[in-house]
Amino acid sequence: MANHSASIDAGHVYAPVRRRSVVDFFIRLFKQKHLGAIGGIICLILLLTGIFAGYLAPYGYNDINPIHALKPPSSQHLLGTDNLGRDMLSRIIYGARLSMIVGFSATALSIVISTIIGITTGFFGGKYDMIMQRLVDAWMCFPALVVLIVAVSVIGPGMWQIISILGLRYGITGSRIIRGATLSVKENMYVRAANAIGASTLRLLVRHILPNIMAPIIILFTTRIATIILAEASLSFLGLGIPPPAPSWGGMLSGTGREYMLIAPMMALIPGLALTIVVYGINVFGDAMRDLLDPRLRGGSGSYSLKRKKGDERSSNIRSLFFGEKGERS
Amino acid sequence: MRNYLIKRLLALIPTIFFATLIAFVAIRVIPGDIIDQMISQQEFSDQEVTRQTIEKALGLDVPIHVQYFRWIKNIFLHGDLGRSLWKNTKVTDEVMARLPVTFELSIVALIFSLLLAIPIGVYSAIRQDTLGDNIGRTISILGIGVPNFWLGTIVIIYPSIWWGWGPQLELIPFWENPIGNLKLFIVPGIVLGFALSGITMRMMRAMMLEVLRQDYIRTAWAKGLKEKVVILRHAIKNALIPVITLIGLYIPVLIGGTVIVEQIFVLPGMGLLVFEAINDRDYPIITGLMLVIGVMVLMVNLVIDISYGFLDPKIRYK
Repeated sequence: MANHSASIDAGHVYAPVRRRSVVDFFIRLFKQKHLGAIGGIICLILLLTGIFAGYLAPYGYNDINPIHALKPPSSQHLLGTDNLGRDMLSRIIYGARLSMIVGFSATALSIVISTIIGITTGFFGGKYDMIMQRLVDAWMCFPALVVLIVAVSVIGPGMWQIISILGLRYGITGSRIIRGATLSVKENMYVRAANAIGASTLRLLVRHILPNIMAPIIILFTTRIATIILAEASLSFLGLGIPPPAPSWGGMLSGTGREYMLIAPMMALIPGLALTIVVYGINVFGDAMRDLLDPRLRGGSGSYSLKRKKGDERSSNIRSLFFGEKGERS
Repeated sequence: MRNYLIKRLLALIPTIFFATLIAFVAIRVIPGDIIDQMISQQEFSDQEVTRQTIEKALGLDVPIHVQYFRWIKNIFLHGDLGRSLWKNTKVTDEVMARLPVTFELSIVALIFSLLLAIPIGVYSAIRQDTLGDNIGRTISILGIGVPNFWLGTIVIIYPSIWWGWGPQLELIPFWENPIGNLKLFIVPGIVLGFALSGITMRMMRAMMLEVLRQDYIRTAWAKGLKEKVVILRHAIKNALIPVITLIGLYIPVLIGGTVIVEQIFVLPGMGLLVFEAINDRDYPIITGLMLVIGVMVLMVNLVIDISYGFLDPKIRYK
């Protein structure tokens, strides 16, 4: 499979991401992709909520107060309280921090793993590539959630365990995309030229190939982070994620709380809603990014919509900068 | 085509070997647990049990690679995946008993997701960046974003608060009462299928956008064909082919989803079995299940890869 898509991708030229294009990108995001702009704002809110959780939350995430248990929303507790009398709003806010930490660290880890596997298999090829590809095939044939719950049951629950498991699971899967990008980049003249003047393999990989596959790496990052946040929530829901007092959005929907949800439906509604909004935001942002940066999805001579939009010309130079991977397997 | 087939099948052998290795090793990294659990359970029985006797009975007394080859030999020679550590039933029987439930749930989910996704995906693409597109994409991304465990919980809680309706908890065999059986599966199927419909919609939209920029579509427009004809006869046909490949990718997603959906709706399928087996640390069942699932996924992908060549006349395997 990967071979087909790689052959389609071959011939595209990657260029490094420059600062100018980043500014351009945001201008075009807000001008052309309104939905994507909303997504970007949601991501920003998540980031800020996560960072300033300590200042924003009216109560601690584990302030147990049995007298006020299972209260509906009021001026004191804007989103009501759970079965232990903990303020739901505060738990949601601290949950944003947790999701952010897990999302970012696990995604970063997965990208590092993807890049190492992808860049080496793509560059060296041969037997090493063949064996690694079969290994990745085998790894990918198991459903993510099944692998994750087996892995958690082996190494035990906890935040760092969850991050490493998520990073490993999605890192190996994502290596395919990096490999595809590497395959098309390594055929470029500058790589051959660098090779000809005697650059070491490490230098070729780090200085010549890596900067040129930054675009797919960035897109992989944005698409992965939502998946990983959801996966963490699913694990916590099954009781195999980050252990209870921690305010994981998935964990709030599981365990003892489930029994009280008929009395206080807010307990079930709010965490899932928060999760949905965040995943929605990240996804539309990533989508808009891909739409804007993938030259094949942009208006051209054979364009379906012949109307050209303003602002298209001024930034036409970044068309060749990015393009998204297609047919990603996850 | 024949050469491609041979190559494809040869590549499957190392993949299956690695898959058995992953399935086998993953769960056995920490032996001992199950034995501790068993000893503590049997404290009250009259029989004298020691660690050695249990290990011997379970075949855990030999080094791990010997265990692995023993396991592989049994699979290939006898089709035997071993026995459950707790129930002492055959793993194959356990899996087979659960397979129909998961299969039916997956089919219902798949049909629902395609029915929802294809029309919306097509509409989204032909009206790119309009209000309709934004609504369509919102639905699709909601499909991906809404966690199925939350959707399932909400579907159980709110109807029971408002109308006193609760999902049925008893499994009705399909052959006895097809309608009652389908009623049982329709809600979990929709919950499971909603996430898939999101992915399909996105893929459908992206593929349509790519196809709509092809020369033959421009030719069709230039011939003066109506939009309906251009879209239905020229575009959709070509855009659908890659979407079909997605079904292969769905099998792991579906099975992963059943772990959660079956848990919420208490359907005795493979997903619930995975969860139960992990709670019991019933290794043979977990390894057996993982292997069955993995091989199933590989086979579906193989069939789809091959059928791809027949579906799309543009593709000629070398």
